[in-house]
Amino acid sequence: MRLNGRFGRFGGCYVPEILVPALEQLEGAFLDAQDDPAFAAELNALLSGYAGRPTPLTQCRNLPSNIYLKREDLLHGGAHKTNQVLAQGLLARRMGKTRLIAETGAGQHGVATAIVGALLGFETIIYMGAEDVERQQLNVFRMQLMGATVIPVESGGRTLKDAINEALRDWSASFESTHYLLGTAAGPHPFPTMVREFQRIIGREAKAQMLEQVGRLPDAVVACVGGGSNAIGLFSDFIPDAGVRLIGVEAAGRGLDGAEHGATLIRGRPGILHGAETYLLQDAEGQVDDTWSVSAGLDYPAVGPEHAHLKDTGRADYVGATDAEALSAFKALAENEGILCAFESAHALAHALKIAEEEPQSVVLVGLSGRGDKDVAQAQQLIGPSA
Amino acid sequence: MSRYASMFQRLADKREAAFGAFLMLGDPNPAACAALLDAVVAGGADMVEVGIPFSDPVADGPVIQAAAQRALAAGVKVGDCFALIAGFRQRHPDVPVGILTYANLVMARGGFARDAAEAGADSLLIADVPSLEAEPYALQMAQAGIEPVLIAAANTPDDKIAWIASLSKAYTYCVSRAGITGTHSGGTFDGALPAKLHNAGAPPPVFGFGISTPEHVRAAIDAGAAGVICGSAIVDCAARGGDVEALVRTLKAATRNDSAAH
Repeated sequence: MRLNGRFGRFGGCYVPEILVPALEQLEGAFLDAQDDPAFAAELNALLSGYAGRPTPLTQCRNLPSNIYLKREDLLHGGAHKTNQVLAQGLLARRMGKTRLIAETGAGQHGVATAIVGALLGFETIIYMGAEDVERQQLNVFRMQLMGATVIPVESGGRTLKDAINEALRDWSASFESTHYLLGTAAGPHPFPTMVREFQRIIGREAKAQMLEQVGRLPDAVVACVGGGSNAIGLFSDFIPDAGVRLIGVEAAGRGLDGAEHGATLIRGRPGILHGAETYLLQDAEGQVDDTWSVSAGLDYPAVGPEHAHLKDTGRADYVGATDAEALSAFKALAENEGILCAFESAHALAHALKIAEEEPQSVVLVGLSGRGDKDVAQAQQLIGPSA
Repeated sequence: MSRYASMFQRLADKREAAFGAFLMLGDPNPAACAALLDAVVAGGADMVEVGIPFSDPVADGPVIQAAAQRALAAGVKVGDCFALIAGFRQRHPDVPVGILTYANLVMARGGFARDAAEAGADSLLIADVPSLEAEPYALQMAQAGIEPVLIAAANTPDDKIAWIASLSKAYTYCVSRAGITGTHSGGTFDGALPAKLHNAGAPPPVFGFGISTPEHVRAAIDAGAAGVICGSAIVDCAARGGDVEALVRTLKAATRNDSAAH
């Protein structure tokens, strides 16, 4: 490896030996592409002409007006995922791969991968926990419409963790022809670094937009954290600005006191899973826990290693929002602003609403990472048709 | 001399290769597992490789995943696994025992390597710690008195082969094909890997992944293996209630074929 792949003690490359050459090839392709103006030009053309960047920064009108929303929900595909998927798709083509595999939780990353598979002409296989397949039928069909094959994973808790296990197993056999298009800033090196760099555009745009529209930096930047790609993408350009608080919001599910949550950084402890040393929800012996969140995208017992480092160094704070709080924020945004956001993003908004109320003078930037179309059926069940 | 070194020496004198039998500790429960461990020795296994069940075994195929799930569902803890090893060690003082497991279990238990050594295990392979992350683990194991085993794969570059040769002690676990554990095999084993390991001064090359028939055993030995490890075929046989001892006897016989004596 050319980079060290560590964030303090966290990160690393904990994979079976057979996968190391594939990760070294990927790191090499990533670093070469970073130095290649033609790569940047093609990616930027796709991000603007195909995916719809830059995304707007929207000041709330009826919710507290000190809340600003970075609208990744308006990106093609319906979430921030498209940013880095386009970039990895181009990298896969550079490496001569013909097949893409990916894991997905809520289905947003699967949809984004299906998009790039269709656009750039890859055979595309999506591993998705069987539980998630059931609760995200619409996204499953979207992927299939774009030519991807969705494979339900029946092992473990049948969610995102198990989908990643299965994708890694596929890749162990297929790496010569196949790129594993990992969907978040987690996993073995170089994924956490590479995905952060490809998502950094969220924060770079937001920072410029804040300065232009508000004339100052925000006091707090708030993003939801499952694996952590939208949060690290939004945070990265603000990390050097010591006056800007960075707050990651994890899924507190049915409450942090029980076991039914996905609050890895709040309730977990360091361990090794899916290629990286990072915080994990696990039992005393090191068996990884099954998690719970109303939002499939936050239903994950590990987290990107850079977030573990940001937590331990104190540069970012990590808090929880419960299913009920997220659902309430989801409703509030719909009723007051006419925006249906993803359940994942609603966790960030729930916490931002608390800050906006407690600190009316603070300017709060919220990563609205995805749109809520995929969650409408579930919302109808949870809220009731007469909401 | 370590148990592994003695075993390889003894077999070399008889012009045989080593047969390693893999079982998942605690599958389907500790008592039945102890009986299976005895059965593979009765069938002629020269070395016993044991899994400690982990919730997320990314290097394993369906058969061994299911075995780990059965053990965990039976409530098996890491301490129960060490107790099974300690019991085996009392009954079989000379048979080398190697542990195959995953990094998070090692990290979660302070003194994992020491406890493994005290139970009587001879080696420890951590499936998701590749050579580039292995040094601190190898150091910890050396201090605890247990030998690290590293994996070398057909696609491992030469500079890493040298590094693996310097870190791996009891044997070198050779992965002859891409993919995860399981009975699938092309039945061909490339002789280039054992030759490279030999030239690098690595401990004896033992082939795993895809060894399920006497023909596979022969092919691996013909490619230069000092031994083979059979996992999924044995675990599957046990899960189906088959005759594990007879299966091991059949596979072990293939290590004694005269053509093994090159």
